[in-house]
Amino acid sequence: MPSPRLPDLDIAPWRLSGVVYGTLLNDPASLAALGEAVNAPPYKAAPRAPVLYVKPRNTLAADGAAVAVPGDAGRMEIGASLGIVIGRSACRVAAGQALDFVAGWVLVADLCVPHGNYYRPNVRLRARDASCLLGPVARRDALADADALQIRVTVGDRPAHVARTAGMVRPVATLLQDVTEFMTLQAGDVLMLGVSAGAPQGCAGESFALECAGLGRLQGRLVAETDEACT
Amino acid sequence: MKTARVAHAGAIHDAHPHERGLQLADGRVLAEHEVVWLPPFEVGTIIALGLNYADHVKELARELTVTAKDEPLVFLKGPGSLIGHRGVTRRPRGVAFMHYECELAVVIGKPAHRVSRTEAMQHVAGYTVCNDYAIRDFLENWYRPNLRVKNRDGGTVLGPWFVDAADVPGPHALALRTLVNGVVTQQGNTADMIDDIPALIEYLSGFMTLRPGDVILTGTPDGVVNVNEGDEVVTEIDGIGRLVNTIAGDDIFGR
Repeated sequence: MPSPRLPDLDIAPWRLSGVVYGTLLNDPASLAALGEAVNAPPYKAAPRAPVLYVKPRNTLAADGAAVAVPGDAGRMEIGASLGIVIGRSACRVAAGQALDFVAGWVLVADLCVPHGNYYRPNVRLRARDASCLLGPVARRDALADADALQIRVTVGDRPAHVARTAGMVRPVATLLQDVTEFMTLQAGDVLMLGVSAGAPQGCAGESFALECAGLGRLQGRLVAETDEACT
Repeated sequence: MKTARVAHAGAIHDAHPHERGLQLADGRVLAEHEVVWLPPFEVGTIIALGLNYADHVKELARELTVTAKDEPLVFLKGPGSLIGHRGVTRRPRGVAFMHYECELAVVIGKPAHRVSRTEAMQHVAGYTVCNDYAIRDFLENWYRPNLRVKNRDGGTVLGPWFVDAADVPGPHALALRTLVNGVVTQQGNTADMIDDIPALIEYLSGFMTLRPGDVILTGTPDGVVNVNEGDEVVTEIDGIGRLVNTIAGDDIFGR
């Protein structure tokens, strides 16, 4: 597997660290879709702290990447998220100062095998090779309001979804505050604001694209997983 | 061969064991406390196993919402969680249950993509000791164990030595134990893993390509107890190393 080509930045911190965190259920509609199940086992209560996951380095990929769809799944969910690029060590950041710690923004296509159970981290479904595509990085002031974006997702030729950053449980500044309360983010780390509810799915053979004013365009394609082992 | 990565006199060095402590690659011999110990290799993806010792599963059974275990419970951690030997780990004021976990850490040495268990051990570069702290007060049932429990700054201690796989002929027959202030509180043996190292590499490499420097924290046996500010926690594995950590309070962190 080739090393991921992470985009270089023409702003400090000049490069991405390769550390990428996702945020689950930041769209209130995602939690609402679970209905009363939120209060039943295994969850027993709505989340209190941000629910995060790691997109490890094997998942990182650049624009145009091919993402393998596991044969037993048949489909991949194509999540579209705003990625917050950290500019300097962020520990216990107050929401009011949070943007001072942001270097810029990146469009993220966060793919996973569709799953409706969030009790376990589901690494097998989340951490598949090349399942986290990172687009070009925009400097912080390139976006007037990161909490009011629309990311248009197409799958194949059809407009499939519009992901919105407005109305999140935790907007950018609050998310940074609540995450850095317990873990420090470093320059070049990426924290995803979270994919919006209703992310589309695609099958092997289909292409997909994300497009957002101010952030540009990011595309990839879904391919069938081959059986050959390459150790 | 055993190697460490340490900071000393303004630079980072590789080091080897020496009868008086350790020897840097440039020849200097130093005592253990004269260096700052870093995680002993360049760490890639940090993959951790939960509930991989049967006795620990039993220990936690009362609080588990779901007990069926049909595939390994895997979670990932970020690099901010890492610290080396003789470091300090913060215990937030007011928490009730923060515990260590003594684990055999398996370091990948060559890329692994869909590797069968019969071939898996060829992809292991070596081993080190891990003490993977958890603060159970923060447990929530969403992507559990959630990162607020398991991905805290300085909560994953690695070291002191990276030990070549060639020097560990029996990684599934190693006694491990934890001592808190000199008293043994946890004992086990890597023979009791539910999913052994080849099974874990086969499982993980089936959906994610493992690369050199990736590390698998293979889980902990029963015997986890609360630790308090000022406690010295020693996690050790026979033939691998003795890893020392001290619990610190909020004050030195300006909290």
